[in-house]
Amino acid sequence: MLRVLAVVLACCAGGATAQERVLPLSELRSGVTFAGSNVRAMQADDLANAGMLWVERGEKLWNAAAESSGKSCTSCHGEAQKSMRGVAASYPKFDANAGAVLDIEARINDCRTRRQQASALARESEDLLALTAFVAYQSRGAHLAVSIDGPARAAFERGREFYFTRHGQMNIACTQCHDQNWGKRLLAETISQGHPTAFPAYRLEWQSLGSLQRRLRACLFGIRAEMPPPGAPELTELELYVAWRAQGLPIEAPGVRR
Amino acid sequence: MPDARINIPAEVPRGKPFEVRLLIRHPMETGYRHDDTGKQIPRNVVATLTCRYNGEVVFAARMSPGIAANPYLRFFVTARESGELAFDWVDDRGVRGNERATVNVV
Repeated sequence: MLRVLAVVLACCAGGATAQERVLPLSELRSGVTFAGSNVRAMQADDLANAGMLWVERGEKLWNAAAESSGKSCTSCHGEAQKSMRGVAASYPKFDANAGAVLDIEARINDCRTRRQQASALARESEDLLALTAFVAYQSRGAHLAVSIDGPARAAFERGREFYFTRHGQMNIACTQCHDQNWGKRLLAETISQGHPTAFPAYRLEWQSLGSLQRRLRACLFGIRAEMPPPGAPELTELELYVAWRAQGLPIEAPGVRR
Repeated sequence: MPDARINIPAEVPRGKPFEVRLLIRHPMETGYRHDDTGKQIPRNVVATLTCRYNGEVVFAARMSPGIAANPYLRFFVTARESGELAFDWVDDRGVRGNERATVNVV
């Protein structure tokens, strides 16, 4: 009864609808807690974690000057260990220059094209994964805290709508697995709450590091839905919604997942 | 991307076995997969790997397509004096890789 009352009150609050959480913050669990002990051990050990290969490569790229401008990431940002600390926790983020919400990959490419006069890196290319992993790695342990206020609000609302809309031939919405049935089995897998804390993550199924967008597309493939192309605004908006949903969870990048 | 990551203790007690851990970057292509056009992707795995300590072979492996991408190896070596661990490997395409690590015996 109390719960019904609370829902009614929340609905009456009108403008506060975005703050409604299906999963209360106290119940949030990282995907790694649903994984088997061997996957957890692999993530906990930076030498066994193959994602660290990309982090090391990312560090080299961070310091490498672009041929066109002679500028590297270091030229502006200095030591990533300091300047990038905690940054990934606030992404995806609204960028005034681009006039849109950008995820880390898009932000790196924005920097490359605008500041370094270099070419944009393709999504899922080894170099973009490496730079993203290196940047995200600096925020390990930082708690996710994206902003959904102001100009980011519209994108957030679209991401939320995508999350709750049924998609594809199986006619399933994200919420049906990750809010209503997490912790239960889907064939051999335990359904997680769908938090993005590990990404870019080394997925054993991929035998490679992959971005959050690749993971989202894989989910859409699984429910036989149309997959927006990598870098599509729908995916970035969904990234923003799931990042908000996971608010407060620490970043594990590069994580390890089945 | 680095070819490999090696982990050994900073200092090794003389005559006591110590743990060597090695992660090699390699796709370990099985030969059973096909690309988007249906063409078979040829097998390409790290065929042989040798680890020498001051020139003496202390560990060697022949790998097969059953081993996952980016193979992770862990074994023990005993050192009587300080020296260099040298890893050399070659894959099915004949591409060679090598990595070195200095062992400090105390």
